[in-house]
Formats: sequence, structure tokens, C-alpha cells
Amino acid sequence: MTVVWAATGRMMSRSRSKDGDRAWGFSTHQEVLQPVSVGLELDPSATAPPEAVLAGLGKQIEGRSLGQIAWMRLKRDKVALGGGVVIVVLITIAIFAPLIVKVLGDPPNEFHQDLIDTAGGTLAPLGPRGGMSLDHLMGVEPLNGRDIFSRILYGSRVSLLIAFFATLVSVAIGTTMGVIAGFFGGRVDSLISRVMDVFLAFPLLVFAIALAGVMPDTAFGIGGDTLRIMLLIFIIGFFNWPYIGRIVRGQTLSLREREFVDAARSLGAKNPYLLFHELLPNLMAPILVYSTLLIPTNILFEAALSFLGVGVRAPTATWGGMLSDAVTYYTIPHFMFWPGLAIFVTVLAFNLLGDGLRDALDPRAR
Amino acid sequence: MAAAGVALALGLTACSGGTSTKNTAGGSSAGGKDAFNAALTTVFNPSDKKGGIVKMADESAPDSLDPGDTYYGYQWDLIRIYGRALTMFKPAPGKAGLELTADLAETLGVPSDGGKTWTYKLRKGVKFEDGTPIKAADVKYGVLRSTDKATFPDGPTYFSDMLNLPKGYKSPYKSKGMNTDSAISTPDDSTIVFHLKSPFAGFDYLAQLPPTIPVPEAKDTGANYKAHVISSGPYMFASYAADKSYTLKRNPNWDQATDPNRKALPDGYDVQLNVNAEDIDNRLISGDLDVAIVGTGLTAASQSKVLSDPALKARTDNPTNARLNYVSVNPTVKPLDNIECRKAVQYAMDRTSYQTAYGGAFSGGDIATTILPPMVPGYQKFDLYPAGADNKGDPTKAKEALAKCGQPSGFATNIAYRNERPKEKATAEAFQQALAKVGIKLTLKGYAKADYFSSYAGNPPFVKANNLGLALNSWGADWPDGFGFLSQIVDSRVIRETGGATNTSVRIPEVDAMLDQAVSELDVAKRNALWGQIDKRVMEDASIYPGVYAKALLMRGKNLTNVFVNQSFGYYDYLAMGKP
Repeated sequence: MTVVWAATGRMMSRSRSKDGDRAWGFSTHQEVLQPVSVGLELDPSATAPPEAVLAGLGKQIEGRSLGQIAWMRLKRDKVALGGGVVIVVLITIAIFAPLIVKVLGDPPNEFHQDLIDTAGGTLAPLGPRGGMSLDHLMGVEPLNGRDIFSRILYGSRVSLLIAFFATLVSVAIGTTMGVIAGFFGGRVDSLISRVMDVFLAFPLLVFAIALAGVMPDTAFGIGGDTLRIMLLIFIIGFFNWPYIGRIVRGQTLSLREREFVDAARSLGAKNPYLLFHELLPNLMAPILVYSTLLIPTNILFEAALSFLGVGVRAPTATWGGMLSDAVTYYTIPHFMFWPGLAIFVTVLAFNLLGDGLRDALDPRAR
Repeated sequence: MAAAGVALALGLTACSGGTSTKNTAGGSSAGGKDAFNAALTTVFNPSDKKGGIVKMADESAPDSLDPGDTYYGYQWDLIRIYGRALTMFKPAPGKAGLELTADLAETLGVPSDGGKTWTYKLRKGVKFEDGTPIKAADVKYGVLRSTDKATFPDGPTYFSDMLNLPKGYKSPYKSKGMNTDSAISTPDDSTIVFHLKSPFAGFDYLAQLPPTIPVPEAKDTGANYKAHVISSGPYMFASYAADKSYTLKRNPNWDQATDPNRKALPDGYDVQLNVNAEDIDNRLISGDLDVAIVGTGLTAASQSKVLSDPALKARTDNPTNARLNYVSVNPTVKPLDNIECRKAVQYAMDRTSYQTAYGGAFSGGDIATTILPPMVPGYQKFDLYPAGADNKGDPTKAKEALAKCGQPSGFATNIAYRNERPKEKATAEAFQQALAKVGIKLTLKGYAKADYFSSYAGNPPFVKANNLGLALNSWGADWPDGFGFLSQIVDSRVIRETGGATNTSVRIPEVDAMLDQAVSELDVAKRNALWGQIDKRVMEDASIYPGVYAKALLMRGKNLTNVFVNQSFGYYDYLAMGKP
């Protein structure tokens, strides 16, 4: 009986959709299908009135926003949540690094050459496992005996700071340019797209090395580490915007043809209103996802620049710089292990969270 | 080509023969017991047995194999197997290696005219690889062609600077037919006379440089001569592949009777170029390779591996080089223009920290208190700025000096180092840590190695503008002698306002005068005493912070005989070793 009903319903919806009104057809579909569930509810245990069922659950039915739905999905994704927790912990550690080091370690640039083997000439840390002890949780560096634990902690500040702000720069420029190109189209689009092509074809690493090499020690009234960090943020952020710009442009192109934009326009909405109230809210999901995935890329890029010696200047600790120092002592593996592990964990956490966010915000993309 | 094949076959048989002898003899002859520093002052594994191919590897490539165009110490060491200069350092262990002896010449040079003219008599019966007798004109031609810096940019410039060449003379290529007797005259085929612009008492040191190796004019191909150098020594080139490898085989026209210095034990040499440094170390450890030719010692990673294994450590030697790794304390940068502030730096620095940062006692070096290293004639032991009993610096004295300088709470300045040199970076960091204890704040400035002296730390206006109060520096003499060691680093007249000089900090007119006096002093003892006085005078000025007398941790090849360190080079004597 019910099967027949459902089948007829499907046929009905199909015949109606021929008229070109898909939305109507769908709702009809659901209506027609209802008898199926009604049929199932005929089970004797479920005869109570619907209100009573809801009262038994003790919850009011509420409308859920997109954000809430995404958050629910994300909560169910334990792996992504794990990544998120690690990131929160990392950021907390980076912010409170001086406090933590005060309690658990030594200043990151302080030498402890009494802890390394100068008499035997190997210059390796004394004691087993690279000199790991309660005083030096991750051991000490060969040669000068600096505390690796505190250098890793201080290194996280540089890495995360540069990665976050560089991502911010990329996203700001990329979104602006992408939206303008996608929304206005035509000549503006061609111009911006060509500029993106130029930036994408740029030998970024070579340029970064050259720029970081010729930068004076003081410029624009700032100097030292602050200037180097700003420079790295600029280099990494400014040259990476076309990647996000292209994604935003593509999304904008498809969004601006949608009915709700047409509807707003026909109601007399001006361009700024369309951009900020109709398009941008709908672009938030891809931008958020892409930003989360851009951060680990930037962490790696900063590490690569520090590894090549054009990052923040010595003796300020950075993970890439520590890796670079460790290369000459590859026979003492713990020296390379800790900065490598730090980069690995951070990048993995951001990638897991980014993947989880994408799944949550845009389940069709799975 | 056929000859090369024969040589290779000979080499192979000799090699296998060597292995069998080794097996029966138990791998060591008299004096061949492995021990740390066994080849430092004595001959390790002495033997007169001939045969075998000595396998060498170079982590880079030398500038050139041409005797007129090379400035690498290790090439000067090796070049003696295929070229005979007028004089040479004795191929002998210990102090004897620092003495000069006649090679192509019969005796050391005879000075006249107060050291302005130097005469050498050539040995009789010495021939090139093609059998042509070597004449004085061939030596003259070799020296003159080396002055052509357009064709040979890399070699030393002493001859073009010191010889009394006629005005407008460029080179044998560009000034063909010009009479050069005012610079070098050859009264007969076995006599050569050098005429200098001004007296130079140490000319015998110049005569041991590769440019005095004879070059036959008829066979000279200019810049391409390096592809086949005509040998005057016991070995000649069998093959040459630029930047890859070259091999040498026995020279049939070399006569042992004309050569008291060479034993010519191996049948040949095989040199591989541009080999990864870590690979070289590992092959040396396994015995697959005999010599790491560059002579800078094991890499940091191999060093910690070798030193922690007694069996491997017993195969190493740890010679001191005629090299000082030091720091220029620039009096052009305020407040270091005040001598008391410079003294504060001398007292405040932790010497053991410097030593460790530079690579430790084995590959960094011994703590230095003078500019001249101990093996350079004229060295006098003194310590003007004692750094406490444990050598960790004297903060009390440093603070007193700071007070006298008018900076009782310290001052801020910068320290320059070369980005490509991890040892210099670590040393700069060590300075930062040590000087901070007395309130001197240092900021680290790393610069590219290639332009370090031309644009940055050796460029006086840049130094002043960028407050480079301290600059990491390193100097190895072209030969172990007071002139070779001091002239480029304490003479204020070598400082160029456009940059490029190693010396930036020592500007003492009195020292310049003392140098002039020493250069023309023909009495060796008096001359050496002068070098010592100059050293002390510069140290009183505190414009050089002597760091460490450089040392290198070298590993002996497993199968070599007659191994010893030649002190004049600071690494193994490549002329004497054998591989039966």
C-alpha cells in the first residue's frame, strides 16, 4: 500500500518538474512521502500525541544557524577537535613562554658550556639522551649548551606570530582582490587575474632570500627582531595572496549569479550592500577553511627561510634556525628531533583542524 | 691513453700486492701502531716500500693546478709531486718541517746588495717530463707568466709587487720581446738572479712558492696549461677532468740522483674533486680513501663520532696551524676609540667559551694570548690581559677599564660575522653572552662571506657607519714567518678606504715603521726578535682580540706509510707518504 503511494508520489513530482518548477516538485515529494512515515508510526508504542513526545525530550525545538550546525558537525569530528585543542595549547604556550621558561628552564640564549663535553672534544651534551634532565627537559644544544626546551618555547612565538600575521595579510589582500575581480568581472577581472598570474609565477623563495639579505638593520624607525619579523610577515603574506584570491574570485563568480543576489539587486540594493551583506557572509566558510590550511604552509615557509639563514637573526630562537644549526651535528639526533617535532606537531594540528572545518562548513565537498 | 692504461694496470697489481703484504705483516710495520697524534712530530709507519696508488678526495675543487695560478695551501703541498720550485720546506716531521731547503736550486739563495738581489744556482741534470733539460730561462718564464693577473687571477702577487719589472711591462704574453733583465736575469743556463725594488730579507720563502716552478715556454698554453702541466717532479699527469678528477703517474724523466728531498714511494695519485665532505670522512674511516686533501679536518658530526671511539681517535692527529682566529676591535667605532674600552673587551671575554664555540680544543684550537702562533719564528709567550685562573674572563678588571673609559655601566656596539660560518656565529653569540656580564651589549650582524671584507667588515666607512665595534676575523699566513703572518693584519697601510683588506683595526704608525725595519733585516735572529716586538706592541693597543691558534683534527688513511704532519702546511706531507 505505502509502496504504491510513494511510487505515485515520485511520478507526480517528476511530471510536475517537467513544468520547470523544481522547488515545488521537491516539497510535493516530501508531502507525498509522508504516508510512508505515518504508516510506520502505526506501531503501538508510538501512539502518544506529538506534543507529549517533545515534552518528554525536555527540549524546545529551535531553529539552528549555519554556524551552529557547523559547530555541531565539528564537535563530532574528534580528530579535528584534537587538532584544535593542540593549537589552543600551542598558542597559550607561545603567549606565556617567558613565564613558563622562568619556572621550568633557563633564558633561551644563555650558554651552559659546562654541560657539554669540552674535555673529550666531541662538544656533545654530557649525560645520556642529549643531556635531558629535570633542569633541561629537552636537553641542551651541543657546542654552547643552550637549553633546548626554552628555545623551542621561544621559537614557537616567532613561528606562530609570523604564520598568523602573514596569513592575515594574504587573506585580506586575497579576499579584497578576489571579490572585486569576481563581482565586477570584465576588464577589472582580467586585470586582477593577470596580476595574480604574475605573482604566482614569481620565484618567491629566491626573492625572499634576496630581500631578506639586503634589508638594512633599521628601517621605518624600527630595528632588530621586530623589523625582521615584519619583513618576513610582508614577504610571506604579500606574495601568497593570489592562492586565496583565486578561490574567492571563483566563489564570487558563482555566487553573484544566484537568485538571492538577483533578488537583492532587484529590490534596489547598491553594490556595497551586495558585497558586504550578500556576498561576504557566504564567502566566510571557504575563507576560514583556506586560512586554517594556509597557516601551516606559512609556518613551513618561515622555517625554510630561517633554515636558509635569512629569517630572524641569531641568537633569537626559531624552529627553522634550530634545525639548520642541528644539521652540522646530525650524529646527535636529539638536537634535530625537538625542533623537527615542534614543526611537525604544529603543522599537523593546523591541517587536521583545517580539514575538519572544511568538512563541517561544506559537507558536500567531502 | 695507452700509457694511462698501463699505469692503471700497474697501479692495480701494486695495490693487490700491497694488500697481501699487509695481511702477512699483520697490517703494521715498526712504528705503525695507531695512537692519537702518532704522526704529529714523528713519522708514522715509516717504510721505503714503493707501489700503490694514493687515493685523495677534495670536498671542493682547487682554484687551478697551474703552478702560477693557485693560492690554496693544500695545492702548494701537493704541487711538489709534479713541480720543483727553487726552494721548499723540508719534508720532515716536527720543527724541521719549518726549515727551508734547496729543491731545484743547489743551495738557498745568496743575497747581495743588502737583500735587493738574490742569486740561485740550478741543479744539474734535472729534466721535464719530455726529457728536455730544465734551464734558468724556464724558471724565469714561470715567474713572469704568473704576474699576468688577467690570465692567472688566483695566484700570489708577491713577485709582481716586489720584482723590479720595467715600466709598462704586463706579462710574457702581452709584452713579448721586452727586456726583463732588470727584474730577473739569467747569466747562464743554471744561474738565475732576482732583482727587487727594495730589500726583502725573506726571499727564500718567496722562492718556495709554486710560481718558481719551471714552465717550458714552448709548451705553455696560457689559461689552458692547467689541463696538462709539464712536470718537473717525480709524477706527471695521466688524466685530467676539470672539476671532477685527475690522476698522476710516474715521470720517467725524473732522476732520484737530482733530488735529495723526494722518495716518490707510490706509483701514482688519484684525486677526486667535489666530493661531499661527510662522504669523504666516512670513506676515510672505512679505509676506502687515504687522504682528505683539503686538510681542514673532520666535519663537526664526524668529529664527535671519531672522538667518542678510542679506536678511531687513535687514527687521528691534531696539529696546530699557522692560523689565528681572532676578533678585530675597531678603534674607529665609538667608544672603542678609547683604549680603556678596548681593554675592557679583552678582560671581559671568556676565553674558554670562545674556544668551545669555535669548535673546542680539537678542531677550534688552543687559546691564544698573542697574535703570532707558537710555531711561527719570533713567537714570544706573553699574556697582557690575564683572564683569571680559569681563563673565563676577569670582570673586575673589565669594570675598572670601563670606568677609566668613562662608561662605567657598559656600552652598546655590534659584532660582525660571516653567515656561512657556523663557528663564527657561535663565537659571536659567545661574545654577546660574556660581554653582557659587564654591561657591554652586543648585537649580532651576519654578512655574506663573499663580500665580508670588500663591502662589510673590511670596509672602513661601512664599519664606522654601522658601528661594527667587533668583527670576527681569521688569518693564516702564506708561509710560517713573521712577514707572512703579520704584514697583512697589523700594517695600517694595507687598509683600503674602499674595502677589501683583512686588517681594519690596527692603525699604529710605530708598528708600520717596525715592519719596514724587520723586512730589510738580513740577520734572521734579529728579524725574528722584531716580529715578537711587533706582536707585543699591537697587543698593548688592544685592537686585536686573539681567539685561538687554529687546530684541525685530521685522520690518517688506513693503508698509508710514512705519514707525518708538515708543520709549514699544518697537515700531512703529501710528498712523503707511501702506500705499499
